[in-house]
Parts: sequence; C-alpha cells; structure tokens
Amino acid sequence: MGRFKESLWGMLLVMVAFCGLSGALLAWVHVLTTEPIGQAAVKQRIDAVADILPAFDNNPVDEGVSVDLDGEPRPLHVYPALRDGEFVGAAVESYSSEGFSGDIVVMYGFDVSGNITGYRVVSHAETPGLGAKMEQWFRMPEGRRSVIGRNPVADNLTVAKDGGDVDGITAATITSRAFLDALHRAHECFKAYCETYNNQGV
Amino acid sequence: MKFLNIIYNGLVKENPVFVLLLGMCPTLGTTGSAMTGMSMGVATMCVLICSNMAVSGIKSVVPPSVRIPVYIVVIATFVSALQMLLAAYLPALNATLGIFIPLIVVNCILLGRAEAYASRHGVMESCCDGLGIGLGFTAGLTLLGAVRELLGTGRVFGAEVYPEEFGSLAFVLAPGAFIALGLLIGLFNAIKSR
Repeated sequence: MGRFKESLWGMLLVMVAFCGLSGALLAWVHVLTTEPIGQAAVKQRIDAVADILPAFDNNPVDEGVSVDLDGEPRPLHVYPALRDGEFVGAAVESYSSEGFSGDIVVMYGFDVSGNITGYRVVSHAETPGLGAKMEQWFRMPEGRRSVIGRNPVADNLTVAKDGGDVDGITAATITSRAFLDALHRAHECFKAYCETYNNQGV
Repeated sequence: MKFLNIIYNGLVKENPVFVLLLGMCPTLGTTGSAMTGMSMGVATMCVLICSNMAVSGIKSVVPPSVRIPVYIVVIATFVSALQMLLAAYLPALNATLGIFIPLIVVNCILLGRAEAYASRHGVMESCCDGLGIGLGFTAGLTLLGAVRELLGTGRVFGAEVYPEEFGSLAFVLAPGAFIALGLLIGLFNAIKSR
C-alpha cells in the first residue's frame, strides 16, 4: 500500500477521488441552496420596492418590465405599483457610471406625478465614509439635501456646485453628481414607461 | 484540560492577527466596523474548523507529495459551500463581505494550520486548534473593527459613543487600518511581555 500510494497512479487516484468527492458535495449544496438564493434575491427587491413606494397591493417584481431608452447601452427595470387596480407609482432600478469607482445602482420610487417618493442604494463601490454616505444623505432633512418629495422636472435637481438645487455630499461631489445622474436616468425611464405602458402617470 | 490548552494557544499565544500576522488581507479589508470584522472572523472560523477536521481525517490516505493540492481542494470546497449557504440564508451579510468570502480559500491561516497542525494531529485536537485559532482571528478582527469604528465614526457595533463629527475618517479608510493594527500589535506585545 505504501509504495502504491507514492506511485503516479496512487497520487492520481487520490486527487481524482478528492476532486470527485468535492464536486459531489458542492453539487448537493448547490441543489439545496438554489431555491433559497432565488427567493432571497426576489425578497430583497420586494423589500426595496415596498420601502420606497406608496402602499400597493400587487406584486411589482412579478409585473416588472424592462424599458429601453434611446442612447442607453442597457435597459432599466421598472416595477409598477398598483392599488385596487389603479396605478400609484413605480420604482425604477437605475445606474450611473459617473461615480468615483465602478457603477452605482440605485432604485428610485416615483408617484403618479413623477415626484420622488424614496430611493434605495442597491450596490456601489464608493469610498466608505465619503461617497458611501449617499445611502442616507439624500433623505436627510438638513438644508437642501433631501430629494424626497421633489420633482425632477419642476426642480433643478443638480448639485449646488453646478448651480443646482441640491446640497451635494461634503467632499464627495463626484458621487453626488453620479447619484443625481442615476436619478435623472430613472425619471426618463419612468416617463417612457408611463407613455408606453399606461396613460395614468405623468 | 489538554483541549482547553490548545484553544488558549490559538486565542493568545499564537493569535493569528497579533502574533502570527497571518491573513492580513481580510484583517485590513473587512474591519471597517466591529460587526463586519466579527462576521468575517466567524465565517473563517467555520471553514477552519471543518478544513482542520477533514485534513486530519484524511492525512493517512494522502500521499505527502500531493498533500498541498488536496488540502487546497478541501478548503476550497468548504469555502464554496459556505458562500452558497450565506447567499441563501444571510444575503445581507454575503453582500457586506462580498469578495472576501471566496478569498478565504487563499487565507494562509487555513493552509498554514492544515500543514502545520492538522496533518500531524488527531481529529479532536485539530478541531480544537481550528476553534482556538478561529476564535483568536475573530477576536482580533472584532477588536480592530471596534477600534476603527470608534475612532472613525464614534460608534461601536453601531451604538453611538460620541458624535460622528469628532471622528477621523482616516480610520475608516485603508491607512487607518494599518495604523490601528500596528498600535494594537504593540499593545498586545506590551501586555504579553509583562
């Protein structure tokens, strides 16, 4: 046994056996977790949508659609919210590549007239302690930080430094611009959605 | 008693963060707050205990000349399984730790303990060694995370100690990780040499 173990075939056998075992174990765990992983992703979306939209009674994630915008490389997802069959607003998952590092992905909520009802940062790679503050910053009541309740058409939603009406994050103007860039993209998409899919909004 | 000694050894005498200085990548990368540091420590500990036991269990069938690739396969299997389980049942934690979970595979603590300890000791001893070293790693990461969070944002585990304006942002960012780690190692050595 000792000599066989050290031979080429012995080593090969041991390695193949362990890789096979490992593969089988991982396949089993994969089968076990596929469903919960899918459910967790859906639940995360539903939680985000429920957090930023007025009360609804449909399933916005199931009824979500992809909307293509002119000049945009990829479609955005729109999650419509209905109450008693009536359109009450929609959440739009938007993004911006203008951030400090990598894309930022933010979900924005709009009511029927296009006012911002809320937002949730889905993913970002901005600097902790600076750009990462956007998760809270744009709903803070201080000064002109909050974008909640404002309208991207009626209000000049760019950072104060660019002559706009929003106080950017201190020391993170690039992130602030990216956040508002994503916001305007989301609003464009919301308008396009309302024109294409229903006539109740905007 | 013997098992307690093994755990004490990993927690204090051979603490991976403050004495062995192993696994510095997650140590510096995931300690922006006490909570993420602790989560990373616990995740690593789970893998370490499993891989130590498995390596110890298979040590008699593995030919010495291919032991390293076999150990890596064992460690990678547990890490991949852990990542899937985290994504399924603790998605928020998985998102916070992100790339650092798959990177546990290349954490030298795991291969180091497999090679230096588990391949020469029984399954029970190896389990205790994994627990001890894992607790040491968790304690180190939690402490470092708590110090950085306190100095950077004025909070510990999210509870406010003093207003955020008085914190120094440097401690949340990478340079602060090095500074805080160096100071903690100095402190640890000072206490140990008493």
